[in-house]
Amino acid sequence: MAPSDASDTPTAIGNETDSKGRLLTSDGRPLRAALQRANRRRKLTALGLVAPLLAFILIFFAYPIVQMMWRSVDNPAVVEALPRTLAALEEWDGNDLPGEEVYRALYEDMLADEELPRAEQKMGPLAVRLNYEISAARSAIVRTARNVDEMEAPYKEAFLDAHRLWNDPTIWRIIEREGRPLTASYYVAAVDREYNAEGEIVQAPENRQIYVALFGRTFMMSVVITFMTFALGFPIAYYLSTLPMSKANLLMIAVLLPFWTSLLVRTSAWIVLLQGQGVINDMLVALGVIDDENRLTMIYNQTGTIIAMTHILLPFMVLPLYSVMKTIPPSYTRAAKSLGATPWTAFRRVYFPQTLPGIAAGGVLVFIISIGYYITPALVGGQDGRMISNEIARHIQSSLNWGLAAALGTMLLVSVLILYWLFNKLVGTDSLKFG
Amino acid sequence: MSLPAYYTTKDKVWHYAFRVICFAIFFFLLAPILIMIPLSFNAQPYFTFTREMLTLNPEGYSLRWYQDFLGDDGWMRSIRNSFLIGIAATILSTTLGTLAALGLSRAEMPAKGLIMGILISPMIVPLIISAAGMFFFFSQINIAQTFLGVVIAHAALGTPFVVITVTATLVGFDQSLTRAAANLGASPTTNFFKITMPLILPGVISGALFAFITSFDEIVVVLFVAGVEQRTIPREMWSGIREDISPTILAVATILVLISIALLTVVELLRRRGERLRGLSPQ
Repeated sequence: MAPSDASDTPTAIGNETDSKGRLLTSDGRPLRAALQRANRRRKLTALGLVAPLLAFILIFFAYPIVQMMWRSVDNPAVVEALPRTLAALEEWDGNDLPGEEVYRALYEDMLADEELPRAEQKMGPLAVRLNYEISAARSAIVRTARNVDEMEAPYKEAFLDAHRLWNDPTIWRIIEREGRPLTASYYVAAVDREYNAEGEIVQAPENRQIYVALFGRTFMMSVVITFMTFALGFPIAYYLSTLPMSKANLLMIAVLLPFWTSLLVRTSAWIVLLQGQGVINDMLVALGVIDDENRLTMIYNQTGTIIAMTHILLPFMVLPLYSVMKTIPPSYTRAAKSLGATPWTAFRRVYFPQTLPGIAAGGVLVFIISIGYYITPALVGGQDGRMISNEIARHIQSSLNWGLAAALGTMLLVSVLILYWLFNKLVGTDSLKFG
Repeated sequence: MSLPAYYTTKDKVWHYAFRVICFAIFFFLLAPILIMIPLSFNAQPYFTFTREMLTLNPEGYSLRWYQDFLGDDGWMRSIRNSFLIGIAATILSTTLGTLAALGLSRAEMPAKGLIMGILISPMIVPLIISAAGMFFFFSQINIAQTFLGVVIAHAALGTPFVVITVTATLVGFDQSLTRAAANLGASPTTNFFKITMPLILPGVISGALFAFITSFDEIVVVLFVAGVEQRTIPREMWSGIREDISPTILAVATILVLISIALLTVVELLRRRGERLRGLSPQ
């Protein structure tokens, strides 16, 4: 507390009251008000200390993520590029090709766009946007827009000549559907659905069903990895907790060294060990377990990803388990045994239930980390070891379908946040400790 | 260690079997990391032990991959970048994080749970999502592919560790010490630097180390936000693994393992000192 606060704090209490009988401080102000002021000031000091970091995180971390999530529903391209066409389409019955007035409006929109400065032209983004919905849209729009100033009435015929897509009612249904500032179509695509000719949401054809299966696989791999870290982490955490402090600290290095070693180093270590000409295959060949032609494929597939990620995430399971097990008094198990329990019963009924908070903490931690993992699956995953993060990265970096990337990312983020909320309910963040 | 006299044969077998299992798991944890150290001295461009290496023939060993590494401009630049970005991000996140932790540990702090949740969110949100969000936003405000952008991103990712470690140190902090100092006439600044800071320093340092290692080891955000000029060591390794896989990576990996051993030692010493000061350690 700063000395300047001293004037607000009552120094002598008791002998002075005002006309209404309220206690006064030595300088004559009501005690209650003085205390409130002091409290308010302390609250402001506390807030002031937190404010810089809070602002920093909100601006450079939270806002970018909210903005990215917004991309998954944001749909400005059609509304901005085709205002006249959309107005004209309101009259359309939605079955056959629209009438001349719609084509005329499209002509006017394209012509108006032509006159804008290049940086403000809307046809490019429109072509990209509609191409997500129907694959011929980009060429239809780019090619028609290029020659739009040579077009003459009747416009319907001119457009039908310019590109075959304008002869297809589907494109008009898409323009009408996507002619709103918000869209659900990225989410529709992200759950392997699509719009049919009648505009209903249906299952996508089987060769284009990717994401639900990928989410399922990501989920299954995370479950397997979590279980593996538990199966390997439980014995060593238990062993460490039974050792005297100095010995435990020494062996703890085996857990902490991987934890502190670069992720890329650990991933390349597994490439070195598991690849076709790698150490493990060479050893197995030398020992005669397998022959040279039948070297095992242990990397660039799901197996490699699971092995490498189990190794990478094992410390996250061992550390919370160990910190819980250390607090369990060994006398409980001894008491159970002296009362006639077999070692197995004593373990199952007395010891194991007490480790549950540690298992929950480690399990949720490992699961949350693995469900959003990117680097290891990208490097050693090959085709069938890919996870949802890899697909998000692909849509951002190479296919440039940012809306779909945002939709997939939002779904991933929401699942992680739900898990984290459960984690907090189960164990609380206090059990997160490092080193 | 001798076994208790009442152990039956079955107990004894189980006792030793359990130890064997545990040491196998410790082996699984350590071996992949340690095996790279001898392999990095391989004279041949292979990722496996050659006959010469196994027979300990000196000709099987060489320093060529270290030479390769030290003579390569890309790698040297990446080392400079990694330290530059790491140190700048650490200073930023440690300053902001320590201040915030001081505020959060005050009893008067309003909406503590909510604010804490926001502040540690960079630790919970999957990196790919943080990276994607920053990629879009940083491009808009023109700090993508700049050092400033990478430093800001890494500082944001490192702050939760500082906030958590410093808050944990402050739990056992005796507030009457600062009150006594204030009573004796110390200004809030003097009070902070003379009283609070020395006491929470171990927490601040280990938080700073976590923030540094976070930045030093970070790759996902670098992939999205950094340009060629800002390539860090993990980014160079990423290309090394994906494009031309050569044992130079093993030489780099060995150096990084040595760095992590050094960092681990520092953190462990700090932790022991902290425990001793707080009287927690039975030693």
